[in-house]
Amino acid sequence: MNTQVVHFHPRPETFKQNSQAALADKPLRKSLRTAMDMLMTKRKMVLSDEQELQMLRTLCEHVRQHALSKLPDLLVQLEENLTKRGVRVHWAETVEEAQQIIYGIMETHNGKLMVKGKSMVSEEIELNHYLESKGIRAVESDLGEFIVQMAGEKPTHIVMPAIHKTKEQVSELFHNNLGTELTDDVDKLTGFARAALRDIYRTADIGLSGVNFAVAETGTLCLVENEGNGRLSTTVPPVHIAITGIEKVVANLTDVVPLYSQLPRTAIGQPITTYFNMITGPRRSEELDGPQEMHLVLLDNGRSQAYGEEQMRRTLQCIRCGACMNHCPVYTRIGGAAYGTTYPGPIGEIISPHLMGLEKTRDLPTACSMCGACVEVCPVKIPITEQMARLREEAQRSPNENVNYPIKGQGASHSFGESIAWRIFNGSFGHTKAYRALGWFSTTFRALTPPWQLGWTENHVPLKPAEKTLQQMLAERKQNKQ
Amino acid sequence: MSARNNILAKLRKANAYPMDLPRTEEYYQEMSPSWDNEIERLKHWAKCMRAVKTEIFWVRENNWEETLIQVAQQKNLKNMLVSKNTEHGKRATTALQAASLEVRNFEQKIDDWKDEFFAEVDAGFTSSLCGIAHTGTIMLTSSVAEPRSQSLVPPVHFCLFDTRKMYDTFYAAMQGEKLAADMPTNVILISGPSKTADIQLTLAFGAHGPRDLVVLAVLPEHINPADLEVAA
Ligand code: SF4
Repeated sequence: MNTQVVHFHPRPETFKQNSQAALADKPLRKSLRTAMDMLMTKRKMVLSDEQELQMLRTLCEHVRQHALSKLPDLLVQLEENLTKRGVRVHWAETVEEAQQIIYGIMETHNGKLMVKGKSMVSEEIELNHYLESKGIRAVESDLGEFIVQMAGEKPTHIVMPAIHKTKEQVSELFHNNLGTELTDDVDKLTGFARAALRDIYRTADIGLSGVNFAVAETGTLCLVENEGNGRLSTTVPPVHIAITGIEKVVANLTDVVPLYSQLPRTAIGQPITTYFNMITGPRRSEELDGPQEMHLVLLDNGRSQAYGEEQMRRTLQCIRCGACMNHCPVYTRIGGAAYGTTYPGPIGEIISPHLMGLEKTRDLPTACSMCGACVEVCPVKIPITEQMARLREEAQRSPNENVNYPIKGQGASHSFGESIAWRIFNGSFGHTKAYRALGWFSTTFRALTPPWQLGWTENHVPLKPAEKTLQQMLAERKQNKQ
Repeated sequence: MSARNNILAKLRKANAYPMDLPRTEEYYQEMSPSWDNEIERLKHWAKCMRAVKTEIFWVRENNWEETLIQVAQQKNLKNMLVSKNTEHGKRATTALQAASLEVRNFEQKIDDWKDEFFAEVDAGFTSSLCGIAHTGTIMLTSSVAEPRSQSLVPPVHFCLFDTRKMYDTFYAAMQGEKLAADMPTNVILISGPSKTADIQLTLAFGAHGPRDLVVLAVLPEHINPADLEVAA
């Protein structure tokens, strides 16, 4: 079975080119449109009680903000409770550290095969690629992830990684890689993947998973899923490694109830998932299954930067439901691959600059029409458009300006010409005489307006000053009345 | 400084102001669903579970084995993994053996019989801790007698559920069972057989875990199974 990763993925630095290519891909646009329309309709149906929805959103926002307000203490409490239960907790500041910790555990066990439940953080640290370079095979077990891994691609949606693929494409992939018959029967295709993966669970040395919520009070790691691949990956192999961003902690067990109540409904319009798995430590001495050894890797990778300041901190409330991308007019037209980041769509536009720096991601916060659809559907009320505006400002700010909370890559989009233009705008609009002079100049020489005006005229007619200024028109009106 | 200390130092530097506890209890007091009576609640639970392809059979405490055997025979099962240390496991064993169905036990650690377990076991039989009416869910906990893979690896999962242990919501179940006080290694909420919609958003069952979930729902004497099947 070929599940090797091919590495020619789009990068966020080339976002503009990526999106142009995606816009030209008609089948992709069609399948995205159909999928997003269906997801939006299903969400609406299961969240039709407006009063319940708004009260639940407020509660979930409170749960997440409460946890973030005590984040360092909760992380320590989580570590204490996990350690008591026999879980080894590792902290990683960077991607490299997280990769090495996981590789170190694999090495101790002489592990050669890892089975992975769904984990966006493991995508973030490019774990498959890293382990492959060390001679270790990591196989994705979530069906969508399994498909994109086989195709040598990256997930294009955080909840439905293979949303961009048709069943015919999946069938061809399976045919070429698993030797199965060509079919457009989804049940059959699912069965082929089931057969291939059950051998992997059985023989894997290590199972890796993500974490939806980590409960500080009890040292419990929660996993939300439909397929059972998460349960199998965390139960059958002798070692379980969980990996999560440091922001995923909640204070108390009861906190997971409202969050879980919203997650499947907001994400895919499903009233509840098939499984909600709560793991509290490895197998105890008399128990007959479950991992003999368990680890948790807590990853920072820029999250502490977002945490440093109140407005940005709200980015970390996210529960990764993907609703913001399902409702985003930009995502729906270009798809997840164009972003070139682990997290696409609105949440990707506001979290990626913290993870990767604005140098690489400066175009992402501009990929937004500020329609606010994402804000309206976010189950934890993240003011996404506000964050977007702030990141645009940070990208435009002079790189030399001293600020209280510097953002990695500050000034990545700073342009001397643009800052001069804004200064002129400010100067002329802030002073009566200058403003009048500008008005006279613009109306008198309007015939000289260039027909080509940077990016604007690519999609719009050229801007041309009016024949008369507002003042002139008002003055004339007054005169006519007298 | 270690990564741990660096991360904690950066977070502490932010000086976030601790907030009040969220009012989860108040929310669930106000927003919890309610039903006119026990029958309506059971009907709602069953409707939700059947919507995701769970097979529910209404049974009585004194004869649930009959249904277990009937369904096992209908499904052409050759064997079933049963606990030999629980009361219900012993009763199931006797019944299965009388019907010439092979009974398997979880006698050794999973590591020592994985290949056989994956290849040969047709079904697993467990009990459940409680049910959740609102979402159509059963809750199971791991134990020495019923390890978590008993409900996970075999293609068919039979679950014995005492309907008197039904809670309105997950919140009520969590409080009622005092879960936070002593968490088992694994608590699992199950709402149907394994499924996926990862290929073109088309729903397919039996992705990785059990393809069939059969719930033997034990009714108290005062509830007539026929009342539960009348259209709502
Ligand atoms: S930002 Fe909000 S809507 Fe988007 S993934 Fe996160 S929680 Fe969901």
